[in-house]
Amino acid sequence: MSNSTIVLPIIFQFVAGTILLFFWRKISVQKVLSILFSTLGLGISVWLFLLVWEHGILVTQSGDWKAPFGISFVADIFGVTMVLLSSIAGLAVSIFSAGSMRRERLEFGFFPILHLLIMGLQGAFLTGDIFNLYVWFEVVIISSFVLLTLGGKKQQLEGALKYVSLNLLASSLFLIGIGFIYGLTGSLNMADVAIKLDSLQNRGLVSVTSGIFLVAFGIKSAIFPMYFWLPASYHTPPPAVSAIFAGLLTKLGIYAMLRTFTLMFGGDEFMGDIMVILAALTILSGGLGALLKQNMGKIFGYLIVCHIGFLIAGLGMYTELAIMGTVFYLIHDIIVKTNLFMVSGLILKINGTQDIRQLGGMYKNYPLLSLLMAIPLFSLVGIPPLSGFWAKIFLIQAGLDTKEYVLIGFIVLGSFLTLWVIARLWGEVFWKNSTDLPKKADGLYFPQMSKIDQWLMVFPIVLLSGISLYIGFGAENIILLSQRISLELMDPSGYIEAVLGLKTINP
Amino acid sequence: MEILLIIIIGLLHAGGLYMLLRRSMFKMIIGLILLGNGANLLIFLLGRLVKGNPPVIEDGMKVFSDIYADPVPQALVLTAIVIGFGLQSFAIILIKRVYKVLNTDDLDELNSTDEEI
Amino acid sequence: MKSLIFKTASTYLLPLLLLFSIFILLRGHYLPGGGFVGGLIAAIAFLIHSFAFGLKETQSIIKINPGYLMPIGLVFAIGAAIAPFFIGAPILKGLWFEEPFKFIGMVGSALFFDIGVYLVVIGATLTIMFSITDTV
Repeated sequence: MSNSTIVLPIIFQFVAGTILLFFWRKISVQKVLSILFSTLGLGISVWLFLLVWEHGILVTQSGDWKAPFGISFVADIFGVTMVLLSSIAGLAVSIFSAGSMRRERLEFGFFPILHLLIMGLQGAFLTGDIFNLYVWFEVVIISSFVLLTLGGKKQQLEGALKYVSLNLLASSLFLIGIGFIYGLTGSLNMADVAIKLDSLQNRGLVSVTSGIFLVAFGIKSAIFPMYFWLPASYHTPPPAVSAIFAGLLTKLGIYAMLRTFTLMFGGDEFMGDIMVILAALTILSGGLGALLKQNMGKIFGYLIVCHIGFLIAGLGMYTELAIMGTVFYLIHDIIVKTNLFMVSGLILKINGTQDIRQLGGMYKNYPLLSLLMAIPLFSLVGIPPLSGFWAKIFLIQAGLDTKEYVLIGFIVLGSFLTLWVIARLWGEVFWKNSTDLPKKADGLYFPQMSKIDQWLMVFPIVLLSGISLYIGFGAENIILLSQRISLELMDPSGYIEAVLGLKTINP
Repeated sequence: MEILLIIIIGLLHAGGLYMLLRRSMFKMIIGLILLGNGANLLIFLLGRLVKGNPPVIEDGMKVFSDIYADPVPQALVLTAIVIGFGLQSFAIILIKRVYKVLNTDDLDELNSTDEEI
Repeated sequence: MKSLIFKTASTYLLPLLLLFSIFILLRGHYLPGGGFVGGLIAAIAFLIHSFAFGLKETQSIIKINPGYLMPIGLVFAIGAAIAPFFIGAPILKGLWFEEPFKFIGMVGSALFFDIGVYLVVIGATLTIMFSITDTV
């Protein structure tokens, strides 16, 4: 066996998507196959994770073209962790949508596109070439466009237009940035670019290029001045689609930022300062927006923006501890945000609305489900010892080390705003007396669904809540993992050596 | 030649941004297409323009003795064009659907997802 | 379109353009051409036909739903991509037959990848164009 097995997750998802395309109208076959493929994909990701954990960074050169000339695929510990997380979220969403999505939406190829989306994400996490990263980005956004517009309701189309236009703009900017990189260094391999950018005299141009990347990835990950498309579009598609978007798409932007700003534009102080300012404003605007809204989908949309701020904050401080906090937060956030939108989907299915003024009495009617839903909600706030708590501790500690006291203030403020939002949500949705909701005649509600469908909706929430609890209570393992990731990110020489020096192992 | 390309790229970007700032949905898509084309030409320019020297090593030589035209930017531009083709055709179908459902081309009227609380 | 000249020309153009697209597909490895361009030319051939005779007529000569060409093309592409996997080489490495074929020349896994691209491009372009013209 050669190193080329590291692209197995990508190829597997590609094959899965293609096979599902052959069963175009046979929805029940697609459901079973999709869950099966997602489970197998998760198995492959776990295997790859263990392989890299044991052997260190693995590299393969596609087409056998040697490193700076061909496209390298690099499986470092950060990349495979993201692959693992995307597989987990993909499995959860695949099960959830098999239970909850309406038939007329599934008929237009939801499952094949879902697998192609996961393929794009995993490709982006494993590639070592900046232009290839762009290509995977495009695979992801084309799939997400299709998922967003499936069904074609009025609201959905309107949200999709905003999402599509902003993403097209971001892609153009990303492409311009790549053009600059190529003009400056004559290379596209990220490891090679890192070396060549380092020895460049004209630092001004490097800063400008990194600024373009910051804007391009900033639009995709919804940081402060560029976040308006997110709350306008994420609540419009069915909750299963929102779940995968919330968990993984904005985090792809964060991943790309972490990768480029540690490897290629490492330690640019000016950009770091800008990021800290943007982080503070992102936290503030996301938190305040969430307070204002009454629709659960929109509240969660603004909370995504708010917590993107925490991730940028860690990158802006740029110390080992801060990056570690960011990575920990990223791991926690992917699981929790996916779960959160599935919870909102379940509430929608039970009550037929997401307006928290009309909702109520969840705790009285469904005590066990409510307790289950409490886990992601309170993990998000970071009540110790749940998962969000640990990440914030590291971020605040890193802030104390770098004397960013204002930023610490914003992080604490963001946590309080989140707490306020969740407490309001809990009071309104779970504790308030239930109101008489007008029932839609054609709607299929949770109590009337078949037992299997009910379990298909509840199981992924149980699964992800379990993982959330593990991140909280088994925090020492996650800390170990994020420590190793931050060490690799802060000292990219190992990565560069592995890509250009062609180390091979025989697993 | 470089100067000409730079002017064209600048015009494409300026025109694209101008179109993006209009209120019409249709003009917005045209603006995005212009921006995409500007970006493609930019890559082409930044890969250095060399005339009449294909990147082929002559017989008996091991390395390039002369300056040569870099093939990579062309591959990048081709890929970007193909991707842009897919994205833009999707966007055009989307605005057509939006126009049919909402019956307006004015971006200012597309605010129902933001407005209500 | 009702023009007689256009209708007559398009009946001859369809087979010619399809042949030309295959020619472009086959020469694409070392010379200008390839799967993407070939696929576009083939799609344009059908488009011209549909302008002249209407959508129904064109769909009846294609017989299958062009959407189905996409998964078939993807299978070709996947096959070419992972073929080197089984002999222990990195994915996407070019594998070649020893002897050149008659009329075609050297055949390698790159050609199969191109055929996959060709089919996907025809499928995607026709699906998009038909769905636009369908609702006009």
